Amino acid sequence: MHFLREKLRLTGTHIGCDTSHCGACTVLVEGTPVKSCTMLAVQVDGQQVTTVEALAAGGTLHPIQAAFKQEHGLQCGFCTPGMMLTSIALLQEKPDPTEDDIRWALSGNICRCTGYMNIVKAVKSAAAQMTTSAAVPEAATAAARS
Amino acid sequence: MLPAPFEYHAPKTVDEALELLDQLGDEGKVLAGGQSLIPLLKLRFASPGHLVDINKIKDLDYLEERDGTLRIGPLFRHKSAERSSLLASRYHVMADAAPQIADPIIRNRGTIAGSVAHADPSGDWGAVLLALDAELVLRSNSGSRTVKARDFFNGPFSTVLEPNEMLSEIRIPASRSQTGGAYLKLERKVGDFATVAVAVHLQMDDGQVGSAGIGLTAVGPQNIKAERAEAALKGRVLDDAAIKEASGLAAAAAEPKTDHRGSVEYKRNIVRVFTERGLKRAYERARGGG
Repeated sequence: MHFLREKLRLTGTHIGCDTSHCGACTVLVEGTPVKSCTMLAVQVDGQQVTTVEALAAGGTLHPIQAAFKQEHGLQCGFCTPGMMLTSIALLQEKPDPTEDDIRWALSGNICRCTGYMNIVKAVKSAAAQMTTSAAVPEAATAAARS
Repeated sequence: MLPAPFEYHAPKTVDEALELLDQLGDEGKVLAGGQSLIPLLKLRFASPGHLVDINKIKDLDYLEERDGTLRIGPLFRHKSAERSSLLASRYHVMADAAPQIADPIIRNRGTIAGSVAHADPSGDWGAVLLALDAELVLRSNSGSRTVKARDFFNGPFSTVLEPNEMLSEIRIPASRSQTGGAYLKLERKVGDFATVAVAVHLQMDDGQVGSAGIGLTAVGPQNIKAERAEAALKGRVLDDAAIKEASGLAAAAAEPKTDHRGSVEYKRNIVRVFTERGLKRAYERARGGG
């Protein structure tokens, strides 16, 4: 997390509790959500790390971003990068999740503003969007690799 | 927060890791999933001079049944346990516990062996291994030894593991027919440490209890094996009287402390209730139900 923010200047990954409780700092390592406060930079040597900065490839919002915006899935926005990355991993695995699936998958990401209702709605809406345009997540992954 | 400076090692083989641990002595610490150790380093509760990261060693992430034993490798992660069909069908207490560990993101990284070696009295796997009567293989440069789970824990965050040893395998007697288990956990929210949790494992034998294992979480200086409760069940028909007696003995074995999660009386009572429910659920499962 410090490496991402201080060295790479990718400040989209937020520091929350810094002790692996809150999930604000979640990034994807080889597509799997991890709390970046609880992983050393050297441990991901040679692996693909996806941060929130990778999502809006070429200036176009990723469907998950568009859905969070549309459904008002955030208020202060502090937890949002982590929420979106965890959601993307869920949707890769389960393109059509139930509300329970979504709440379960996001149970390691804490939001203190929204009460989660609109976050769940946003993930559902993104799921619907992404199943109709399946090519988009691949574009985001390709951007993360470059 | 940043950890105190340390040197990082990423050995490629177990032998290399053991060699390093031998040289480093007290200054060396094994890094598996890191979900407990890295926060400890950042909070400066621990500041080893050297970290020996075992994640680059191949073939440590395994779960297999072989020669009458279920073997768990040092890098087998909570998420894999949560998704294992083998555990779901035959090792109920493990399958129950896995999705209740921390939260889904932590489970992606954290390992069973790492959690056990960390020996948090609120850790879930310790109680599970006590109920299953597991053995732990501790390997060092000069050989390996096997200790029973009941002899492994030494108090809060303390085990018999020597600085030059690594927990190289967890061994559990393979599940036979008529076994059932359950793990019941009370937590205030997802990701919180248990207020109380109880692990139960039953081996039925012609309608009687062949053996029973009961492990307790977060109600003492370490995970507790409720041995008197286990002994009281052996050879008995699992009727209401037997369940009541064992639940009372398990509650008596607990040594809880009053804190913000609850009072001594409350926690002890939860142990009793969970042991009762756990035995009933384990029994149902041993008979092929739910």
